[in-house]
Amino acid sequence: MSTLNTKKVASQSRNRRISLAVTYAVLVVLAVIWLIPIVWIILSAFRCEYQPDGTFIGKVTSNFFPKSYGLKNFRDLFTASYSNVPHAFLRWMLNTLIIAAVDCIISTFLVLSVAYCMSKLKFRMRKPFMNISMIIGLFPGFMSMIAIYFLLKSIGLAGNTEHPAYSVIGLILAYSAGAGMGFQVAKGFFDVIPNALVESAKLDGCTNFQIFHRIIIPLAKPIIIYQALMSFTGPWMDFIFAKVIIGADNPGYWTVSVGLYSMLFGSFSDANLFTQFAAGCVIVAIPIVTLFMFLQRYYVEGVTAGAVKG
Amino acid sequence: MASTKVKVPKKSDGLNVFEKLGNRFSYFVKRFTDGSFGTKLSHLIFGAGSFYHKQYVKGALFLLLQLAILAVMIFCPSVNGTPYGWKALVNLPLMNTTEGGFDPATMTTLLPSDCRLIVLFGFVTIALILIYILVWNLNVESSYKADNDRKVGKNPTTFREDLQALLDAKFHVTMLTPTCIAAAVFTILPTVFMISLAFTTYNLYDMNALETKLFHWNGIENFMAVFTGEGALGAEINNRFLPVLGWTLIWAVFATLTCYFGGIILALLINKKGLKGQKVFRTIFILTIAIPQFISLLAVRNLLAQYGPVNQLLKNMGLITESIGFLGLNRGDSEILAKVMVIVINMWVGIPYTMLMTSGILMNIPSDLYEAARVDGASTTKMFFKITLPYVVFVTTPYLISSFVGNINSFNTIYLLTGGNPEYLNFKAGGTDLLVTWLYKLTIDEGMYNTGAVIGIFTFLITAVITLVTYRRSRAYNEEDTFQ
Repeated sequence: MSTLNTKKVASQSRNRRISLAVTYAVLVVLAVIWLIPIVWIILSAFRCEYQPDGTFIGKVTSNFFPKSYGLKNFRDLFTASYSNVPHAFLRWMLNTLIIAAVDCIISTFLVLSVAYCMSKLKFRMRKPFMNISMIIGLFPGFMSMIAIYFLLKSIGLAGNTEHPAYSVIGLILAYSAGAGMGFQVAKGFFDVIPNALVESAKLDGCTNFQIFHRIIIPLAKPIIIYQALMSFTGPWMDFIFAKVIIGADNPGYWTVSVGLYSMLFGSFSDANLFTQFAAGCVIVAIPIVTLFMFLQRYYVEGVTAGAVKG
Repeated sequence: MASTKVKVPKKSDGLNVFEKLGNRFSYFVKRFTDGSFGTKLSHLIFGAGSFYHKQYVKGALFLLLQLAILAVMIFCPSVNGTPYGWKALVNLPLMNTTEGGFDPATMTTLLPSDCRLIVLFGFVTIALILIYILVWNLNVESSYKADNDRKVGKNPTTFREDLQALLDAKFHVTMLTPTCIAAAVFTILPTVFMISLAFTTYNLYDMNALETKLFHWNGIENFMAVFTGEGALGAEINNRFLPVLGWTLIWAVFATLTCYFGGIILALLINKKGLKGQKVFRTIFILTIAIPQFISLLAVRNLLAQYGPVNQLLKNMGLITESIGFLGLNRGDSEILAKVMVIVINMWVGIPYTMLMTSGILMNIPSDLYEAARVDGASTTKMFFKITLPYVVFVTTPYLISSFVGNINSFNTIYLLTGGNPEYLNFKAGGTDLLVTWLYKLTIDEGMYNTGAVIGIFTFLITAVITLVTYRRSRAYNEEDTFQ
């Protein structure tokens, strides 16, 4: 009897070890697949190959690993003019940073205030407001994008070639104005905060405003960080809105994604800028990836909350 | 069983819309007849009631708002030659537009009409009228409330008290106003404007340069063009409509399901008991989420390019002699292959996201469920299909719906990978074009705003029907406030 048991345990643990080994193998293969494009972009950024006649090879080549490495792409990226804009890449970076920072503050504030109202306050228009915001959210963003462009252009805040900086204001407005409608994740978070906490504060004579800023906000740190992360990274990732609202005629005021995209497909691209594009991607990705890695916990929390709440 | 489930009638259930309106109307009449002199006067002059009750600041604010709106309505300030106010309403039917030029009658040069602005400002003016009615109601209501306060011996609220109420009893007003204004200006107004373009002749494709801003209303002609192929460009649009619609739905189904189940499987693998280095694997996959999509998708596009590394590798292995056009970017490339490729590449984008989400949910599955199953001698596979999967699917149904809708509107993946290719010719949609990328091409590239708007409305209707039908039945909606 005992030998039978030991045998069974032994075979079970062997089975387990085999299945673990298989899992490891599968995960490693998957991880490699997922990393290939990223590794390739990084390798391309450091690629420094020349043709026999001495001209630099900047286009996509068929070899995965570069034949020689160097920092030329990064040097060129920071010194070159694109579309006659000197130090264009630096300007794009700075521009995006400003837009992202302002958008982050406005959006986070709007999202928190709407989510708090929807979750913890009772008023007549609550349910209608939620339904309307859901229905509006179903319209494809591009439909309103074109109209937003006309609207902003009619007051000089889009495609403005005389005062290009005004278009940047327009873009910030366009990014942050819709933020309040995306309150669902934060609302889900507030819903979990027990109502008893709010009730007892009310009994102690707190106003709704005091409850919000003394009780809810301190408890909401994870969701604040999540929302801030999302709205800060948004402008770095979007390129369609930026392209349409700032306009092709204002290359000095593009965001970094519009600039990088046009290095591959724009008017000044000659297919020889791919390695510089890759270098730009590395520069852009570093701060965003770092942010994500540091705030991973909050991001995962937000995503999980969003899954259940829709 | 069904009979035991009695729907609890809500207070408002017994009333239909007309009865509600009737009640509202009789309340307005009562408010007028019962109200003090100040309340009666404030029906005409905003803030009169507030002045009557010595609420001077409030009264001044109401009056100022009334004067401002009336000034806009009467004096019709104009931007770029297009007026607001009553003139905007007169112009809205787009009957008296002009091509501009020299007018001998008045000896002046007229600017050509800009119909886009006429329509836009027309809607802004209508919104202004709605705001006027809203403020009118607020001002009468405020005065009537002060009347009633007087009657029961209370003093009408002071301005300071009103402000304090905005931080307490009316805190939601304070908190929602910025979002409501922003949404009205940047979401609702633009959406209404674009919808209205679907009923116009605004189409730069067959307009000459002189009249690029001149168009008129044409009813449902554009809808007929898209759905039945009537009209000048109708046949060509209509030819591509069904294929694009079909592909959009196929894409949405496959993109959603592959990412969803792929993500669950990946999460199961990573969270396997006894596996070391879970954190490393998770970090690798989160890394791919953190990298902006335009970077990773353009990287993949170039990896798969005609002279890119993947084709070279396949050639070196002797599998192919000619480059394969994976993404259909060149003439003659396979459409089927491009379609399969975008779905496969989309898994690269979407799976880590689902993995992250389901990881949290997997850890929350009550472990006694598994204990009980193990005691009963259930196999691992059986436990997966009988416990894990049903649990995860049950909890993440809202996500499944929203990701399906998100995939219907998935612009980035298609636009950055294939640009809608192969076979993109003018406004004709390519083989991998979704409704949204087609909408983008029609409007931004070709200036066919009216047709684009029709496609947009149609996309909205699809997503709205799917969402409303499934979402209203879901637990998350019906028990929305159970956790509060």
